[in-house]
Amino acid sequence: MSAAYEDASRSGIGNRLQRLLPKLVLSPTFLAAVFFLYGFIVWTIWLSLTRSTLLPSNTWAGLAQYRYLFDNGIWWTSLINLGIFGVLYIGLSMAIGLFLAILLDQRIRGEAIFRVVYLYPMALSLIVTGVAWKWMLNPGLGVQQLVRDLGFTHFSFNWLINPQMAIYTLVIAAVWQSSGFVMALFLAGLRGVDDAVIKAAMIDGASLPRIYWSVVIPSLRPTFFSALILLTGLAIKSFDLIMAMTGGGPGFATYLPANFMYDFAFQRGQIAMGAASAVMMLIAVGLLVGPFILLESRRKSDV
Amino acid sequence: MSERDMSLHRHTPRLGRLVIYTILILAAVFYLTPLYVIVITSIKSLQAIHLGNLLSIPLHPTLQPWREAWSSACSGATCQGVQVYFWNSVHLVIPAVLISTAFGAVNGYVLTQWRFRGSDLFFTLLLIGTFIPFQMVLLPMAWVLGKIHLQNSIAGLVMVHVIYGLAFTTLFFRNFYITIPRELVKAAMIDGAGFFTIFWRIMLPVSTPIFMVTIIWQFTQIWNDFLFGVVFTSGAIHPITVALNNLVNTSTGVRRYNVDMAAALIAALPTLLVYLIAGKYFVRGLTAGSVKG
Repeated sequence: MSAAYEDASRSGIGNRLQRLLPKLVLSPTFLAAVFFLYGFIVWTIWLSLTRSTLLPSNTWAGLAQYRYLFDNGIWWTSLINLGIFGVLYIGLSMAIGLFLAILLDQRIRGEAIFRVVYLYPMALSLIVTGVAWKWMLNPGLGVQQLVRDLGFTHFSFNWLINPQMAIYTLVIAAVWQSSGFVMALFLAGLRGVDDAVIKAAMIDGASLPRIYWSVVIPSLRPTFFSALILLTGLAIKSFDLIMAMTGGGPGFATYLPANFMYDFAFQRGQIAMGAASAVMMLIAVGLLVGPFILLESRRKSDV
Repeated sequence: MSERDMSLHRHTPRLGRLVIYTILILAAVFYLTPLYVIVITSIKSLQAIHLGNLLSIPLHPTLQPWREAWSSACSGATCQGVQVYFWNSVHLVIPAVLISTAFGAVNGYVLTQWRFRGSDLFFTLLLIGTFIPFQMVLLPMAWVLGKIHLQNSIAGLVMVHVIYGLAFTTLFFRNFYITIPRELVKAAMIDGAGFFTIFWRIMLPVSTPIFMVTIIWQFTQIWNDFLFGVVFTSGAIHPITVALNNLVNTSTGVRRYNVDMAAALIAALPTLLVYLIAGKYFVRGLTAGSVKG
């Protein structure tokens, strides 16, 4: 300590070094962000405007790739799938998460155990989640067979291999994986609600469900925001779960944009189109999540 | 935990509480069933799987599927089990977690205690970075890794995870260090303490909780990663998640469901253990990582 001090005060160089140190320490991260994040984003946008196929090319193609993209039936399928998956996944995770959090907020014996059980799926990778659910939903040996063994011999539950229904199996697995996490978010929010407000409502004779509906839940706005932003991001980026559970199939029935991007950029040698689909994903995140973040930050600075 | 519980919940009628507990227990069963199913399937013989059903308890439990999953199951053309890939993930996760956490710690220290013109802007740019879909960086990164001869290597994958983990680790430490009064640091500076002395003597001693959160968060993220692993590696370099996916989705041969489930459990064990041992920090990481800025 004293050595450093003497060094620093003895020479101007040491002094200047001390003043430079913070910036020096930050510079690797700064450079990484500039090059590997923002630089790469510009790079990918550029790629999407070229004729790159198997190898990157610098031949300008304007918006041609975006035209091809939106002329491509698989892309439309993946967008529609994302719509179905996203709405159901976000809606169900929020509803189940909030519901469980409210129940757990009722001075429950063994609350800690329930929390551990509800939340553990979040520790698992989506690949493991997908593998587990693929097994459970396997028509030959899974739930369908289980129910048939119970005597309901005509019971049918083959969603996993049914093109019309396969997308819903992804919803089941994804909700299983992250609803416990949403529960944890809401529980933390509930514990932060001001007691005085609730007590006042109780003295007024309001029933418990009524208090939750008109006092507690409205005050959880920031938690709703966090959960919504997070789940939206997760839905748009969904990739692993699909790879493990359905591989995008049957056919393209469970293709999502992330699968489209991977497939075209790295399997089919359509780099520019892959890049264009990635840009569309970025735009989607920006449009859906951006306003929320802006709104939140503005609200925060108002307070 | 608040004070309100006593007065508030005493009024819930007994029938209501019965309903609440029933729902909570049913929910617990729903969350636990997949784990139960993979565990029991992983110790059944193939014959027992075909004779029994999803939930039936194995009458003759066997560890053979585990042995096969570990050392001889085939994924793609190679039949060496998942052990190679398990160790790949171990070799990947340790340096990647340590390096990104170390950078996060000093970054957070600078961004809160040594602020300069533009440091807030820098932090905001980094924060936005946590929302950007990684699909936007895959193509350039593949090219760069090729140029510096780190394609298809653990070292390259470590680099990728360090770079894209920095925003999160910096965010964690920044949000933690912002609570440490700057007067403390200023006083130490007047006493002649330098940049690193202050970091070692003042910041680090109080940092254990945030180190736990960051390390656990990074460990789970990197261990569970699939996208970077599948794009930037091939064959024997795959991390465990990619190997597991290949194992389960190989189209050739008889499906060995019990081996698949054992492999899934092997891939899941490290993060499950971390969650069971340090669940408190895991949850804090999840909530801190969820944009609370």
